[in-house]
Amino acid sequence: MFKAKVIIKRRPSILDPQGIAVEKGAFHLGLTNIKETRIGKFIEFTVDTKDKMAAEKEVTEYCNKLLANPIMEDFEFTLENL
Amino acid sequence: MKPKFGVVVFPGSNCDHDAYYALRKIMNVDVTFLWHKENDLQDTNVIILPGGFSYGDYLRCGAIARFSPIMNSVVDFANKGGIVIGICNGFQVLLEAGLLPGVMIKNKSLKFVCKDIYLTVENKKTVFTSDINFEKPFKVPIAHGEGNYFADDETLKELLDNDQIVFKYSSQDGRIDDESNPNGSTMNIAGIINRNGNVLGMMPHPERACDPVLGKSDGKMFFESILKNLN
Repeated sequence: MFKAKVIIKRRPSILDPQGIAVEKGAFHLGLTNIKETRIGKFIEFTVDTKDKMAAEKEVTEYCNKLLANPIMEDFEFTLENL
Repeated sequence: MKPKFGVVVFPGSNCDHDAYYALRKIMNVDVTFLWHKENDLQDTNVIILPGGFSYGDYLRCGAIARFSPIMNSVVDFANKGGIVIGICNGFQVLLEAGLLPGVMIKNKSLKFVCKDIYLTVENKKTVFTSDINFEKPFKVPIAHGEGNYFADDETLKELLDNDQIVFKYSSQDGRIDDESNPNGSTMNIAGIINRNGNVLGMMPHPERACDPVLGKSDGKMFFESILKNLN
C-alpha cells in the first residue's frame, strides 16, 4: 500500500485571479516581499497495491483524467510506502 | 422531424426546470428530463446540459459530471452529429468532456456575477443563430463565478479560422471591449461551437429570457432558430 500526495498547480501561462487577490492581502499586511502567489490544490489518498510501478501508473491516470485538467494545470506526486 | 428536447439532470443542476419550462410552456415543444444515472436518451434530438453546480462543482466545474453514465450517451450522440447545447455549467461540462476546446477559470473579479448582459452574434450561419435578429445585440442574463473562458493561442487561432466563436459579450450598442466583458473571458467569448457545428457551449442563459413576464424575451430567438433548422 502507498500513500500518494498530489500537488496540482496552475500552469505559469494561466492567470490566477485568486493568487493575485490573496497577494493584495499580503501587501495590506505589510508583507511587501511576497511575490508571485499561486493557488493550487493538495490531494492525498492511498493506493492499494504492492507494485510501485502499477501505483505510479494508476496515480498518473487519475491525475491526467480527473484530478487535473492538463489544459491549465500541471501535477506532481510522491508515493510513500505504508 | 418533430423535435424532442432532453434536459439532463445532474445532482446540483438548478436550471433544468428553467430550460424545461421555457421549452414546454413558451416554445410549446416536447421535452423530457434525462437523469444522470441513465444512459437512454429517450429518442430526443436536442440535448441540453443545463446550468447549476453539478456534483457541487467539486475539483473543477463540470469535472465529475462528465463521468456520469448519461454523458457517455451524450458524447456518442454529439459525435454522430446530434445537437447538444451546454448552458453555463453545461458549457463547463462540455469543456471538461472534451467536446469543446478550452477551459473556464474564475471570473477576473473573483465575484459571482448575476446580471443581464448583451451578446453579439459572431457566427450567423449556425443552427443556433440563423434566426436571431442580429441587427442589434440581444439581452440575456448570466449567473456564474467561473465563466472566464481561456484557451491557448493555437486553440484561439483554430476557433477563429473555423468560425467557431458564436457569441461575444458586448455593450447594448455592440461595442466589444473590456468594459462590456463581465468575467475577463479571452476576446469577450461567451459561446463557441465545435468544428462540426452541432455542439454549442454558452455561459449566458437564453432559457431565462423566454417568458415576457420576466421582462425579457430575446432568448426565444435562440430556441426559434434551432426549431426552424430542425424542421
